[in-house]
Amino acid sequence: MSQNLLGTARCIFQRDLILAARKPADVATPLAFFVIVSSLFPLGVGPEPDVLSRLAPGVLWVAALLATMLSLGRLFAGDHADGTLEQMTLSPHPLTPLVFAKVAAHWVTSGLLLVVLSPLLAMQLNLPAHAMGTLAVTLLLGTPVLSLLGSVGAALTLGVRGGGVLLSLLVLPLYTPVLIFGAGAVTASASGLDTKAYFSLLGAFLLLALGFAPWATAAALRISLD
Amino acid sequence: MLQVVDLTCSRGDRALFEKLSFSVQPGELLYVQGANGSGKTTLLRTLCGLSQPADGEVRWQGTPIGQLADDYRSQLCYIGHANGIQGDLSAAENLRFGTCVGGADSHADIAAALERVGLTKAARLPAKFLSQGQKRRLALARLLVVTKPLWILDEPLTALDVHFGAIMNERLTAHVAAGGLVVITSHQELAVTGPISKIRLDS
Repeated sequence: MSQNLLGTARCIFQRDLILAARKPADVATPLAFFVIVSSLFPLGVGPEPDVLSRLAPGVLWVAALLATMLSLGRLFAGDHADGTLEQMTLSPHPLTPLVFAKVAAHWVTSGLLLVVLSPLLAMQLNLPAHAMGTLAVTLLLGTPVLSLLGSVGAALTLGVRGGGVLLSLLVLPLYTPVLIFGAGAVTASASGLDTKAYFSLLGAFLLLALGFAPWATAAALRISLD
Repeated sequence: MLQVVDLTCSRGDRALFEKLSFSVQPGELLYVQGANGSGKTTLLRTLCGLSQPADGEVRWQGTPIGQLADDYRSQLCYIGHANGIQGDLSAAENLRFGTCVGGADSHADIAAALERVGLTKAARLPAKFLSQGQKRRLALARLLVVTKPLWILDEPLTALDVHFGAIMNERLTAHVAAGGLVVITSHQELAVTGPISKIRLDS
């Protein structure tokens, strides 16, 4: 019996998690960046609690966004260099779900860890306690979108010299709506307003990215390997 | 049957080869020869569908491979210059992943394949500690566990020692004898018995 699609996708997902565990520096770098940037703000703008709590949603979201972007480079670069990506595109299974497995593993080793870290940093920035939950939910909905959209950019800039700069130029305009509504929800929640509309919008972004991004990434990978 | 019709490939503005036509029948080995830079790798990548030709088409059982897509890829095993080996995974993990992505049997006998290529002792070692030749053997071990009729091999004998070069030649002979198709490039002499056709790219 030959390996089915789901088995192959699981195989890729597990492999990427194992690799992340064996190269902890790759996972730790964006996280350290996230922690450092959010910790520098209180030092830079002063310890005024009111100012900090007003800045907190934006600072945390921008830091999370940049940290995700920092981790995008490693999404396909290693597999491209050693020829694994060629083998994946020549797999008898459609490339789109295989790409999805890779992006899912990337999110678990970047976005999900950012979500786990975020309450700690939110406390440091004096974010009101009742907005903590909103921050976690927006990041939980938003960071997968960042990983998915980022994968399209990472695939398009694969093997391009100076690809990092190009990648940020490609991806940043697509990231801005997520940033605006993600940070907006936390600000609204901190001032006691309703956040349902923000959640719906972020959820819609996520669904859209889930449907469209893996397919676009697969197509971009085939072009990059040509 | 693999059929190539009026294939033209170029790199940048330079045409590598033009109007190339040939076919490979089941039970036949096609030995692609040519100097460095004559387009052997490009031809092989085009046969896999990794690269798009400037003109012409590649057909499998009479249908263009672009239309067959996954159905064609399920018949194909390609081993290129890059071994597809991740240094932080062990030899056994690499092979298991390779067979999994290749769509092979989930119960494929990894241990037996590693023994055939002489890597039993190195099975648990991270692949980054393997030598070039050992990495090549690990990549070629995929041919043992993934059973596909069409093999497209780019310089499979590089870095192999005499002993494993001979084993590889035996495997090729056996595959062709069993009705498989092989398209191969090699700067080493092939010692395959059976129907071999040759094609030179730099003429």
